[in-house]
Amino acid sequence: MKEAYAGTLESGDIMIQIEPAETQGLTIELNSTVMYQFGEQIRNVITETLTDLGVTDALVKATDKGALDCTIRARVTAAAVRATGKDVWAD
Amino acid sequence: MMFVPGNNPAMMSDAHIYAPDSIMLDLEDSVSMAEKDAARLLVHHALKTIDYGNIEMVVRINPLNTPYGKKDVEAVVTAGVHVIRMPKTETAEEVVELEREIERVEERLGCVGRTQIMAAIESTKGIINAYAIATASKRMMGIALGAEDYCANLKTQRTTTGEELLLARQTIVVAARAAGIDALDTVFSNLNDMETFRREVELIKHLGFDGKSIINPRQIEIINEVFTPTQKDIDKARAICAAIKEAEAKGSGVIALNGKMIDKPVVIRAQRTIELAMAAGVIKEEDL
Repeated sequence: MKEAYAGTLESGDIMIQIEPAETQGLTIELNSTVMYQFGEQIRNVITETLTDLGVTDALVKATDKGALDCTIRARVTAAAVRATGKDVWAD
Repeated sequence: MMFVPGNNPAMMSDAHIYAPDSIMLDLEDSVSMAEKDAARLLVHHALKTIDYGNIEMVVRINPLNTPYGKKDVEAVVTAGVHVIRMPKTETAEEVVELEREIERVEERLGCVGRTQIMAAIESTKGIINAYAIATASKRMMGIALGAEDYCANLKTQRTTTGEELLLARQTIVVAARAAGIDALDTVFSNLNDMETFRREVELIKHLGFDGKSIINPRQIEIINEVFTPTQKDIDKARAICAAIKEAEAKGSGVIALNGKMIDKPVVIRAQRTIELAMAAGVIKEEDL
């Protein structure tokens, strides 16, 4: 795995940065404009998406600007694909 | 058909609020090469998750001869897109190739035949082959003009009056009508010139187009105003349809309304008026 990111800091989007982990498991550093209302849900979506992709050890830095769950899934997947080099689509 | 960049989540989640007839999420020209992978994922998840209601969902994919095209097909077909818009279509063979790719994914999903195709014609070669493109697959639901590339290929530029596009527009309408599919006009990019936009919409309606591609919700109202039949047109069309129904019930082939003979083309035009009025929500099926 290499360091990679996906997304933007525009309203309705989320910026995801994935780095190789120094410790086991997923560490998520979340900064969100809706932290109090949706912080836990955003963390759950990030964890679930990475687990589905088989990424179990990583440091994730997320800066959320009010993204929908589908946008979070898309951005996390894009960052993970760029970090691991394993695409989700068949060629 | 409202164009929405495929790498802009805010626009993608809000587009349906403006109630266009169809939304086209774009993976091609509005997305930089470095963001093609991310846009593909955004479009896939948006299609699977956002409730777009009755709006027809279209995705413009990248050409199949690029590294992105086939992945785009897989991403949008697995997400249940209604229509794939194929850019820069020049030959019927390209449509057949896209159909094969769609079928490959649909066979895996067990939903063969679900996805329709719209071909955008954006070159002189494409215009020459318009009818062959329009009839290349049973999945074809429409052909559209892409005027910017077409004008560049023609070695001219777009004007506010559109003479340079007349042959292309008429060829597309004729090919679409002969094939029994929809004809869609090109975008108009100058949002500060709504007067010319309205004139262009009136022109393409007269030419026979079914609709127009747009780049901004501000353009929807004018298109609806131009394409929605007037109350006078609707009343006349309803009278014609009622008269033909009555004549059919009596077993009569020829009818007259207000002293004028009503023949088949008049009835077809009246039915088209009723269809447009229903599509615009001016009348409902139960009103007929």
